[in-house]
Amino acid sequence: MSTRTTAAPTSAASARPRSRPGGKVRDYGILVALVAIVVALSFSTDTFLTRQNLVNLLDQASVVGLLAIGATICILSGVFDLTASATLAVSAIVGVTVGQQVGVVGGFVAAVVAGAVLGMLTGTIVVKSRVNSFIGTLATSIIYRGMAVVITAGAIAYPLTDQAEQFGMLTWPSVFGLTSATVMFLVVAVAASLLVSSTTFGRRLYAVGGNAEAARLSGIRTDRVHIAAFTISGVCAALAGLILASRAGSAQSSMATGYDLNAIAAAVIGGTSILGGEGAVWRGVVGALLLTLIGNGFNLLGWDTTYLQVTTGGLILLAVTVDGVLRRRAR
Amino acid sequence: MTERTAPHISVRGVGKSYGGVSVLRGIDLDIAPGEVHALVGENGAGKSTLLKVLGGAVRADAGEVSFDGAVTTMTSPRDAIAQGVSLITQEGALVPAMTVLDNVVLGRWRARAGWVARGADRAVFDALLERTGFDIDPVARVKDLSTGAQQQVEVLRALARGARVIAFDEPTAVLTEHEKAGLLQLMRDLAAGGTTVLLVSHFLDEVLAVADRLTVLRDGDLVHTGDAAEQTPASLVRHMVGRQVDVLYPAPPPVPDDAPVLLEAVGLSRSTGPRPVHDVDLRVRAGEVLGIAGLVGSGRSELLHLLFGADAATAGTVSVDGTPITRPSPRAAMAAGVALVPESRKEQGLVLVRSIAENTALASLTARARAGFVRRRSERTAVEGVGRSTDVRAADPTAAVGALSGGNQQKVLFAKWLLREPRVLLVDEPTRGVDVAAKTQLHHLVVDLARQGRAVVVVSSELEEVLALSHRVLVLRHGRVVGEFGRDAPREAVVSLAFGDDEQPDEHPDEQTAPAERTSA
Repeated sequence: MSTRTTAAPTSAASARPRSRPGGKVRDYGILVALVAIVVALSFSTDTFLTRQNLVNLLDQASVVGLLAIGATICILSGVFDLTASATLAVSAIVGVTVGQQVGVVGGFVAAVVAGAVLGMLTGTIVVKSRVNSFIGTLATSIIYRGMAVVITAGAIAYPLTDQAEQFGMLTWPSVFGLTSATVMFLVVAVAASLLVSSTTFGRRLYAVGGNAEAARLSGIRTDRVHIAAFTISGVCAALAGLILASRAGSAQSSMATGYDLNAIAAAVIGGTSILGGEGAVWRGVVGALLLTLIGNGFNLLGWDTTYLQVTTGGLILLAVTVDGVLRRRAR
Repeated sequence: MTERTAPHISVRGVGKSYGGVSVLRGIDLDIAPGEVHALVGENGAGKSTLLKVLGGAVRADAGEVSFDGAVTTMTSPRDAIAQGVSLITQEGALVPAMTVLDNVVLGRWRARAGWVARGADRAVFDALLERTGFDIDPVARVKDLSTGAQQQVEVLRALARGARVIAFDEPTAVLTEHEKAGLLQLMRDLAAGGTTVLLVSHFLDEVLAVADRLTVLRDGDLVHTGDAAEQTPASLVRHMVGRQVDVLYPAPPPVPDDAPVLLEAVGLSRSTGPRPVHDVDLRVRAGEVLGIAGLVGSGRSELLHLLFGADAATAGTVSVDGTPITRPSPRAAMAAGVALVPESRKEQGLVLVRSIAENTALASLTARARAGFVRRRSERTAVEGVGRSTDVRAADPTAAVGALSGGNQQKVLFAKWLLREPRVLLVDEPTRGVDVAAKTQLHHLVVDLARQGRAVVVVSSELEEVLALSHRVLVLRHGRVVGEFGRDAPREAVVSLAFGDDEQPDEHPDEQTAPAERTSA
């Protein structure tokens, strides 16, 4: 660049770069919390730090984790996707139904395509209708659930009998003894992380979420960015749906009801700003691990799971409050 | 003027820091009742913070503030209201969807058994209108009012709450010349009626015209307090920066006779929207600076948005270097070499939560990407290079741009567009809300861009600025071009044209102004 412009007389008084003390604590506080719980559980139980438990833990985290990745990408760009769990159900049902015709693998591919198409449709609806995404996706999610009921006629969709074993492939052990579901989750997490942190698309995503008008006046087509974010969320939902279906050996219209909010909770616990423009994919992943860990800890410690929901809700509140306090102090 | 009366507000040893950075240190200050007291200083000098401490919006870490001799501890806006202090900030604190009347009595509705007593509210409101001489419709929605009228609503609210101290933070930055004169008169009237008026402003002429006494802050220290009558703009600037600075406007170099027309608009109109633009023709040559003057709301910013394709024109065309832009959009304009530095850096220009580097690179992402991945090293080099040439003062390019001072934010905004090497630069309010030093730098930047052969269009509410920086000035009124002036045009002629023949401009208190040097091109 050779923009030659001379600086005029200046005053040193205007130079005051303000650092953000406390920024580091805020940036990685959630990771510290995760490690603390892991350490605490490792010492207080014999069972936590066993290979089988860790494999199970990651396998359980994979569904919410995948949804949290999609939710994070949407929230970063300034929208909410409340269709995720409905998209999950429809995709899984499409996967099973198409799989009956063309085989299990073909069915899985069809499920992912269905997720992408539904996500793109959600995005287009939100962008074109100009309705607030929260309301727009809420309404759309009801339509998608309805579609799931229509496709299955209210029944549970099973793969053909001779496909049943292969259909469970995502529960099979894979590298390092992790389940295939876990491996898929981790691969998607790494890919989404790279996409968000290192590509021009990622930059646009943050800019649109941080200030849509500034992004538009910088030549960014904000509509396309939002549609892309919903599409990615749809694909993540479809993959999560396949994991659930593969585990259960079936798919049905009511599956994963309410998971959207878990996913958003995971994203926010991780430290992604609900206002958009700030956050990261790894934060959603950590948030999902933390949520899963709470349930796991209850089991291992033999605590009464009656209190699990109360505890989970309390921890979400605590995490978000502490995050807010640290942010205000940094200002 | 009232040195001997007991101070109304007394400040002793007040200090404040944010996250370890001290923004106010050991401030001692006495302010008499019925005094107009101005706080001046560069951005970051601490004047707004001091104002907010006095207004109860910010709590000091050290020292104490007394009102009428009694030490106060204001910890909330509610306390401040109880103390009779009202703070009127740049952002405003009105509820846009509510009516004027409801805003004025906000939080203090007169009620009977829990039911709002409309008649009583209305009586209070009418009494206030009579007292201030304002002309505002009580049932209008605040969002439909001009910025000047909204400010009047805030003043009315302060008075309705029985404020004895009214603190204004940069009140005139968003006002037209006409509204400014009215507001300054109001401050005098309030003070004459016994209200203590505090004022933070970047406009030194205005400060000198209205204030009885003033305080100069520099880097969080109080460097001078005294009678306003003893100061001149130049002496204030010396106090503010600690040495003499050049406050002269640079003059744009003459445009070569053979310079081609780079930007041309023919019949450009947008008939929809609250501020339509009608049938604008303009031509800007390479190396030329075209100024656009007009009142706030005259369609200046809207015209720039049409030129940039950010809003859709209902008629007319924009051509760059002779080629019409067929499907106008920001992308199309950018591809043709046009850049827009928009009016509001916070709302339209910058993504405040993202870093300086990300903001700088935002308009030219694909230029430094391979297969969709950002090449960080190349980006860093480019950002640092353009940051140097615009003199962005920041230790760390990964810091959030929102943490920078106004002047540095504005430089980042310029840097973002200079990175694209635009041939046509549209600049809306190049120096709004930036400190004196940064303002001069931005003026030089604009002139240098013209010297490099770019076509520049400058919109500014500051008439001095637009007259000094431009070769020619177009005057807009109600979305139409109503006149064109050369750079030596008398200021009064431009103002009266901008207002229209039916409404003569008021006298401006800043005729003594003129640190502005305007040599003819």
